[in-house]
Amino acid sequence: MLKGYLGLDVGSVSTNVVVIDQEGNLLFSRYLRTDGKPIQTVQRAVQLAGEELEGKVTIAGAGTTGSARYLSSMVVGADIVKNEITAHAVAALNVNPDVQTIIEIGGQDSKIIILRDGVVIDFAMNTVCAAGTGSFLDQQAARLRIPIEEFGGIALKSDNPVRIAGRCAVFAESDMIHKQQLGHNTEDIVAGLCEALVRNYLNNVGKGKELLAPILFQGGVAANQGLVKAFEKYLDHPMIVPTHFEVMGAIGAALLASEAVKRKSGTLFKGFEVKDITFKTTSFECKGCPNCCEVVQFSENGSVVARWGDRCGKWEIQAS
Amino acid sequence: MKISFPRMGYSYIAFKWLVENIGHECIVPPEPSERTLDLGVRYSPEFACIPYKILTGTYLEVADMGAEVVLTSGGIGPCRAGYYWIMHQQMLDELGIDLKIIAFEPPLNNISDFWQKLKLVWKSGGLSYREFIRVMKVAWEKLKAIDDLEQLSFKVRPYEIHRGETSRTLWKGLDFLDEANSIPEIKEARSEGLKLLNSMPQDKTRDPLKVGIIGEIYVVLEPSANHYIQIMLGEAGVEVDRSMYLSGYCGRREMHRPNEEIFAMARPYLNEAPIGGHGTNSIGETVLYAKNGFDGVIQLAPFACIPEIVAKSIIPRVSREQDIPVLTFFIDEQTGKAGVQTRIEAFVDLLEKRRERKRKEQGRLRAC
Repeated sequence: MLKGYLGLDVGSVSTNVVVIDQEGNLLFSRYLRTDGKPIQTVQRAVQLAGEELEGKVTIAGAGTTGSARYLSSMVVGADIVKNEITAHAVAALNVNPDVQTIIEIGGQDSKIIILRDGVVIDFAMNTVCAAGTGSFLDQQAARLRIPIEEFGGIALKSDNPVRIAGRCAVFAESDMIHKQQLGHNTEDIVAGLCEALVRNYLNNVGKGKELLAPILFQGGVAANQGLVKAFEKYLDHPMIVPTHFEVMGAIGAALLASEAVKRKSGTLFKGFEVKDITFKTTSFECKGCPNCCEVVQFSENGSVVARWGDRCGKWEIQAS
Repeated sequence: MKISFPRMGYSYIAFKWLVENIGHECIVPPEPSERTLDLGVRYSPEFACIPYKILTGTYLEVADMGAEVVLTSGGIGPCRAGYYWIMHQQMLDELGIDLKIIAFEPPLNNISDFWQKLKLVWKSGGLSYREFIRVMKVAWEKLKAIDDLEQLSFKVRPYEIHRGETSRTLWKGLDFLDEANSIPEIKEARSEGLKLLNSMPQDKTRDPLKVGIIGEIYVVLEPSANHYIQIMLGEAGVEVDRSMYLSGYCGRREMHRPNEEIFAMARPYLNEAPIGGHGTNSIGETVLYAKNGFDGVIQLAPFACIPEIVAKSIIPRVSREQDIPVLTFFIDEQTGKAGVQTRIEAFVDLLEKRRERKRKEQGRLRAC
């Protein structure tokens, strides 16, 4: 049977699951909406992978990343838990070992990762505002009643993008209405929105960084051809959009897992049957001191396997 | 009088003792919580920075607890924090809350104003001048001892075997200090606390990264304002060095280099000094950390803080030329800690890889 490595990227909006083989080829990939239920979504994601791969592939290692990486690792039994920055960098290096800049734009966050000689030397994530992210485009596309999938194609038709303020989604909206009422056509407005996002990204997330080629553009937003074009216009470099741009975080987690299991014997992966395990989280307020920490308990089939959330550590149980 | 003050790290232990021993009742400000932030955001201008909002919340909380007077600091120079107490007083008056703010400006700026405010607090407590000076000296000793314990906790934490043990031990040491009432007692409590921390079970085979913390004073000193980042770093196996302690800020030499020295370090990058707040310090301290062989620097800044924004836009050059990675956190009212955790983990990964490579290169040089 083929050996595979499972990677999970569980974020606020989407949950991505991939399985890769030993050479790093993608065997399975699926995108699910997290819908605020990370545990069930992860169970479902693993079940879907199982339905397709059961009997053909054995999972030799599993890795998790994304903002719910710790929770997910307890659900599936992960061999490695890594932050999104490192996971994305690992996956990008696997596609192009010479990459010097990674632009990653997802639903609610955007990142820039600067690498030199195959090592991450600097990174940044958007901080207080979501203006430079996918949700900005989502919002405006909804206003224009354009399905987000068609957004990029429409932008490409524009010869003369209008200028729209990109600092803030609210300001952008009033700017956009103004431009609509002046009689600009939809293509130019859509292309203008793409450029507004790019300006915002470069001035906010990319500020002070040296963006050298090769530049990889990944994350769900990289599907938008209008944005690819806008980035190329502003940066004067071609954008490389990897084939599996939307699941690069999960691929990174899977690659890290394949490395991690080399250093130990066997995997912690619980198997495709994790859907049959009952996971439950409960919480209580510790009364031990005035901090009143909210302690979260994680139980598997009725027994508590992990606890976290206390600042002093007295309640903590770490999942192995 | 029932007196309170803003909360800034563990300094409340010393201030509580001071207020009580001058002869007043002390209302200890609670640790800033989500409730503090809710109140603060509700009654502050939207564009005010997070220290302002936390103080607004704290003042409303202590007023609720019965405080009549709040002692705080004013400030001179181009940072707007110098006007905060005036804004706060106006807000309290408008809300009809009977709480008086007494703000101490730097004494040399206006000695008579300083003296009058001091007299108001001290005379109403009923102490003689000589007793007042003695009480001040004891409180100063306490403040220094608190900083000593916290500083040692940053050194010990990356070696701790059981997560949280350092924090618990530190709290025990601070309890000793809380009970000490004279300089000899404080000295004893201090050395007892230091001993406890040093004798904690530690794994000395670890090789922690060293990271310096720079930035705006309030968000650097008050752990709840920075997602307990210094503790988070320690528990991620990083030895933290904080560029600022309250006793250092108040002039204690061994905790703080003189500003002139720091400004001199910043001068190749920024000729103007000071630029308000701790902006110039942030640049100078980054240079110093690089020269002292630190692995990285973390800058903590309130969102929209002009001095730190100026520093941040200069830091990329400092970082390049001095060869030291710097990570900036802008802090606003969000309480979610996931983003902070992710950045810290990524930063630690980056620093580790970098150190590994540097050591390899040095090893190669030595082999030649």
